[in-house]
Amino acid sequence: MKVGVIVFPGSNCDRDMFHVLKDVFKFETKYFWHEDRLAGDLDAVVLPGGFSYGDRLRAGVIAAHSPIISDVKKLAEKGMPILGVCNGFQILVEAQLLPGVLLKNTTLSFMCRWTELVVENNKTPFTNKFALKQKIPIPIANGEGRYYVDKKTLDSLKKNHQIVFRYSENINDSVFNIAGICNKEGNIVGMMPHPERAVEPEINPIDAKPSSLIFESLIANVGARR
Amino acid sequence: MSLQPQELQYLEKKIKRKPNQTELHIVAAEWSEHCSYKSSKKHLKLLPTRGPRVIHEKGFDSGVLDVGDNYVITIHIESHNHPSAVEPYGGAATGVGGVIRDILSAGTRPIAILDGLRFGDIQKDPHARWLFKNAVSGIADYGNCLGIPTVGGEVEFDKSYTNYALVDVAAIGFGKKEKLIKNDAKEGDLVVLIGGPTGRDGIGGSQFASDSLEAENRSAVQIPDPFIEKLIIEATLQARDEGCIKAIKDLGGGGLSCAVSETADALGIGIELDTSRVHTREADMKPHEIMTSESQERMLIITEPVKLPRLEEICAKFKIKCSVIGKVSQNKMMTVRSDGKILAEMPAEIVANAPLIDWPAKEPSYIKQLQNKKEPGPVSNLTSALVKMLSNPNIASKNWVYGQYDHEVGIRTVVKPGADAAVLRLDNGKYLAVKIDGNPKHCYLDPKNGAMGCFEEACRNVVCTGATPIGMVDHLQFGSPQNPEIFWTFIESIRAISEFSKFFNIPCVGGKVSLYNETPYGPIKPTPIIGVVGLIEGTPLKPQKIQQGDILIVVGKTKDELGGSEYFEYIHDFVGGRPPKVNLEESKKNMDAILSLIQTQKLKAVHDCSKGGLGIAACELALGSQIGLSVYLEKMPQQTMTEDRLLFSESHSRYLVVVQKADLEQVTNLLNKANVEFGVIGDFGSKDIVFSFNHKIVAKLRVDKAYNIWFNSLGELVSHG
Repeated sequence: MKVGVIVFPGSNCDRDMFHVLKDVFKFETKYFWHEDRLAGDLDAVVLPGGFSYGDRLRAGVIAAHSPIISDVKKLAEKGMPILGVCNGFQILVEAQLLPGVLLKNTTLSFMCRWTELVVENNKTPFTNKFALKQKIPIPIANGEGRYYVDKKTLDSLKKNHQIVFRYSENINDSVFNIAGICNKEGNIVGMMPHPERAVEPEINPIDAKPSSLIFESLIANVGARR
Repeated sequence: MSLQPQELQYLEKKIKRKPNQTELHIVAAEWSEHCSYKSSKKHLKLLPTRGPRVIHEKGFDSGVLDVGDNYVITIHIESHNHPSAVEPYGGAATGVGGVIRDILSAGTRPIAILDGLRFGDIQKDPHARWLFKNAVSGIADYGNCLGIPTVGGEVEFDKSYTNYALVDVAAIGFGKKEKLIKNDAKEGDLVVLIGGPTGRDGIGGSQFASDSLEAENRSAVQIPDPFIEKLIIEATLQARDEGCIKAIKDLGGGGLSCAVSETADALGIGIELDTSRVHTREADMKPHEIMTSESQERMLIITEPVKLPRLEEICAKFKIKCSVIGKVSQNKMMTVRSDGKILAEMPAEIVANAPLIDWPAKEPSYIKQLQNKKEPGPVSNLTSALVKMLSNPNIASKNWVYGQYDHEVGIRTVVKPGADAAVLRLDNGKYLAVKIDGNPKHCYLDPKNGAMGCFEEACRNVVCTGATPIGMVDHLQFGSPQNPEIFWTFIESIRAISEFSKFFNIPCVGGKVSLYNETPYGPIKPTPIIGVVGLIEGTPLKPQKIQQGDILIVVGKTKDELGGSEYFEYIHDFVGGRPPKVNLEESKKNMDAILSLIQTQKLKAVHDCSKGGLGIAACELALGSQIGLSVYLEKMPQQTMTEDRLLFSESHSRYLVVVQKADLEQVTNLLNKANVEFGVIGDFGSKDIVFSFNHKIVAKLRVDKAYNIWFNSLGELVSHG
């Protein structure tokens, strides 16, 4: 089980994600600097959170044009499971691998707090271990986390089962309280909250088991594909 | 930008000639109060700095403590007061940047930030609100972008900070002992400047910080770029791993002048540099501007010539500029050239060591006057007083602030903001608790006991998580040292801190002095801030949900000492009286008792009493779990006093402890054995918080209403003024 973690200049949750993948879930994990090529034998790719390029111009927009993104696109086309967390989600959206935009929070300030997700699609490589509507205690930390799509796109997302996670409360005026989505094919998932911050009981004050299922789903998915 | 006449004389005598213009600029920067500590160095020698865990290396900018298993933590504290008073966003943000670079230059990765913010009256003064909001944004944007969690701090408002700002930033680093960068250099080594380009921002910053704030000097404010700082962190740690760094220093106050002279002096070497080799962001910068610019996000690295190509490659990977600006010479001179022509040449030791000033000190007459003032009688309605205290910006919940800080990044934050101290998990199975504390209201009325009280408070806070204090940093912030009364308060606080440090064997591993904090309105109150780190080798105490039937115990005696209390100042608008005193023996007994209790793992929560006294501390416990509480005041160990004083006295060494009923006997047995004063004073449950004395209700509030006020006051005040 081999997972790649992409690192852009300014990524800052890469080491957290690496620790969870390698030390908690025992995946063979490797960093890929944005100027490198992705290895050919990966089972999954993760774009971690942070402030790539200092969020210059718009969060994720410069990273979306990094050389490594063309490798991500190729692997995505082959059906590889790709997870974008926070800035990773913003990058996938800017790279047009996922629909929608992430806007500034309506409060115009950064927000760091624990919240709760509801699983709306349990068929993706990252959610197959969940029951539908299962709840996940998980933290968010972002200044540009407000998901937006127009009504037509929202209807299409609903129709194609592309909404993966919703917040159980209106935490930041995201349309339809959307916290995470996937592409039509269902192999690319982007989410604003940080699962890597929730899977260890030591730092999760509520319950670390639900968020762990995100990574256990990946194990099941890759195992099934072999 | 000038030297005092006697300083000029001293310089001429030492270099045996008249200095030229460039040399004057360089020395003036380094001999500013901010960089040279000329008013304070002599007195700071009182502070104990050694201890079994303390690691000393020449040229280190942060304190280093051994935490076992070949790991160390580093800690440093800084302030950016003057710039934040003019441009709070940039001033506060660059404050974070500076302290982070100090942690980095020890060779450790920064893992946490704490901020101490002090402004004028934000309820009445829109300018203070503006300063506060923007300082918080500045710290948030900078720390969040770096991916370093801001895990704790303090927020306080007081009229003495009107039109001013105290922005204190502390940082913690963590790493392997063998990776500490032992600063060392020899002739022929290269001097390299990495990071952002040098511009005209911040010129004269250290001088600006060494003067009272009379005019807005915007050019002296530095501009933040956390993205470049993040790249510098990664590049520096990689360069360290690959042996490319023989010595390193961050550029802060005084820019290149200070960094070069201090490095040369500390290492006993000479440094020659050429300002035309420095990468600049503006054209036609004069050499003296280049030498005194305080542009941010720059580090000075000394490397072996054979390692230079690799250092350049690492910088290229992260796309940060790397300029070879000079080399280490065999003499001990600081030589500055421009395009090869020598512009300045002086012994590094002379430049780096300003002549010290011994200001006179005199006890202020106001102190005895204020201490003896007739104190106010009790208010008629203690319930409204308590409710009003919950909305006091100095007491209300600070979630509006820390909700803007990413406090989870790094996945080390075991005890989150909102508790007594933050707790971080280390890589060796141990935990680090950290807190900073100040109390200018106490320090104004009694500098000695006030300062000692701040130290005790920071210790109490880390003890509440189960941590044993292992080290301290201090930040001493005062008005002009040229005022003998102010200087007296400065010396008294150093004496007090030293006494406490010696008694508890908690060494001072670093700190800062910030003087000349004055505006045309006058000086700030004496504001020493103490940061304490504690180590937990067992299990940290994480606050648990308090439930119906849980019991409340107070450890420690409440004394009649309300001078400088929030109750006197916020409710009665009264400044005066005697502030609380620390009794060292009692303090130690109580701390030890609490630590033993925590180790039994039978406690649900521990919370210390500070601002607002036991009344507020008890409310905070109840509100945190949104549960009612009945407190029987007569059961508190106490000196006789009226009920309002009992509720709001800010006596030290007091802890509230919450246990399940089933564990009460074991806990009280332990407390009896520990020979500390304690009382079983309350039980949790119902929808109200009720304080009574001998069955007579003294104050009663609804939990839900009180929660709303306590939790939302500060945010509402700032958003809607």
